[in-house]
Amino acid sequence: MISIANNMNIAENINKKKLTQKVFSLLLLFVTLIVIVFVFGIIIYLIVKGGSALTWEFLTQKPSGGMKEGGISTVIIGTLYLVLGTLIFSLPIGILSAVYINEYARKNRLTRIIRLSIVNMAGVPSVVFGLFGLGFFVIFLNFGRSIIAGSLTLALLILPTIITSTEEALKSVPDTYRHASLALGATKWQTIIKIVLPRAMPGIITGAVLGIGRAAGETAPILFTAAAFFQPNLPKSVFSQVMALPYHLYALVTQVADAPDDKKWGTALVLLLIVLSFSSIATAIRARARLRKKE
Amino acid sequence: MKNTRGISKYRRLKQFLITRFVFLNGILSIIVLGLIMAFLVYNSFKFFSSYPVFDFLGGKEWYPTSEPEKFGILPLMAGSILVSFGAIIIAIPLGIGTALYIGELAPRAFREIVKPIIEILASIPSVVIGFIGMTLLAGFIKDTFQLNTGLTAFTGSIMLAFMSIPTIVSISEDAINAVPASYRFASAALGATKWQTAYRTVLPAASSGIAAATMLGLGRVIGETMTVLMVTGNSPRLVFSLLQPVRTITGTIAAEMGETVQGGVHYSALFAIGLILFLITFFINYMADKFVNRTR
Repeated sequence: MISIANNMNIAENINKKKLTQKVFSLLLLFVTLIVIVFVFGIIIYLIVKGGSALTWEFLTQKPSGGMKEGGISTVIIGTLYLVLGTLIFSLPIGILSAVYINEYARKNRLTRIIRLSIVNMAGVPSVVFGLFGLGFFVIFLNFGRSIIAGSLTLALLILPTIITSTEEALKSVPDTYRHASLALGATKWQTIIKIVLPRAMPGIITGAVLGIGRAAGETAPILFTAAAFFQPNLPKSVFSQVMALPYHLYALVTQVADAPDDKKWGTALVLLLIVLSFSSIATAIRARARLRKKE
Repeated sequence: MKNTRGISKYRRLKQFLITRFVFLNGILSIIVLGLIMAFLVYNSFKFFSSYPVFDFLGGKEWYPTSEPEKFGILPLMAGSILVSFGAIIIAIPLGIGTALYIGELAPRAFREIVKPIIEILASIPSVVIGFIGMTLLAGFIKDTFQLNTGLTAFTGSIMLAFMSIPTIVSISEDAINAVPASYRFASAALGATKWQTAYRTVLPAASSGIAAATMLGLGRVIGETMTVLMVTGNSPRLVFSLLQPVRTITGTIAAEMGETVQGGVHYSALFAIGLILFLITFFINYMADKFVNRTR
């Protein structure tokens, strides 16, 4: 008798355990779905609201009539200029920085401080980079509000991303490659340039594309260093101000009284599409590199 | 003979210069961080020398254009703290819940779908999230709580919570993955269900990584600028309620820098609050780094 009662207890316990398992699994699934719905909600809403604004005229005409008319062609080009400048400054510096950390640095206190600085630099708020860009590039180096000042500021902002991803890529190159090259009489530098870096290229490009995706979407760092409120013609030199998509959207939404809705949603959608295409390119390169490694 | 020695000398010099140059790039992050700090201090010097520090740190009013000007940081500090804590309280259950689900309970295929979606969330520009918050969420908040305006600290908290979720999920998930499989086998062998294992074994084992994830999420939230500028109502009054408009430190810098006279006291004051913000985030990142190292 007793053993039967015991067995029933155990059975009941197991049922209870299974029930809690189910309840909490569902709860966590629900939590995950909230996040997913949020992401898709934003993207779908932007496509629905902004899709009709994406006409050929909108994409190919200059803004006019105090931003209430015309399109965003020069604004898109302005963003591309800034992104290109950012890449020119941050890529060589970021790669060399990672080369130092992975190929040259010994395990000592200095290396530890360098790593700590990179982590901390990644955590510096973008508006603080904006303040620094204003104080250093715009005023101290006298670049003025310009493409070059904005690009340099954005370059510093994405430097941690580029250093970290390059370092990961360098780490994944097997040491046998380095040893083989050195054994053939190549110098350390030749080994890095001709053997290690080409091998690490997919990882480096992934980091670079992720970085410029971020740079294209940032507003706060260019707010005081590069962005023009209304300057419909293309910039004349790297020392001119420039219109950029994120600041243009901010200005349309908060600064221009009765800006037409389709201009706002259209700008937001174009900005989102540019940023998303960068991040999907990065994902694709990473996936391809991973597949190749498996082969 | 002579010739080869010449080549090797040239080679050695070249190697030496390259090594120096690479080293210079290597320590660049230290230099940049130092320069940022130096320029924040240098530019806020005028403010600290002309405005009493006590009135700055203890002042309850921020009216930079009144006569006399008032630069009390408390309302901005309160705004930043209200928005950030609201955000992090929403983000912790969502972020850690998601990480635990995709890390422990979900089928592998589901996880491979969810991770890129969360990466997409990380890449949506803050100004776009701010725009959505203004147009969609603000109206909803206004109607639900019957307020005069939907642009409140709470509106900012909700949008910022989602912006910090990618950071929290990816770092928490790394911590969860780092828990040795033997822990899970031991727990399962004792008859625990998957949920019991996740909750009682994996979660405690990953706790310091999850704490680091939360700290980094908090750092992201405190430093976020455009979204808060657009959705929190921009009112620099000292309030203690989530359902009122506020103005954060970041929002103040972004909103006022365009209107100041370069080199003036107001200009310098904005660098001073930037310096405070920099120190706060530096401290938060330092704490996060400590937690991460404890895991290792």
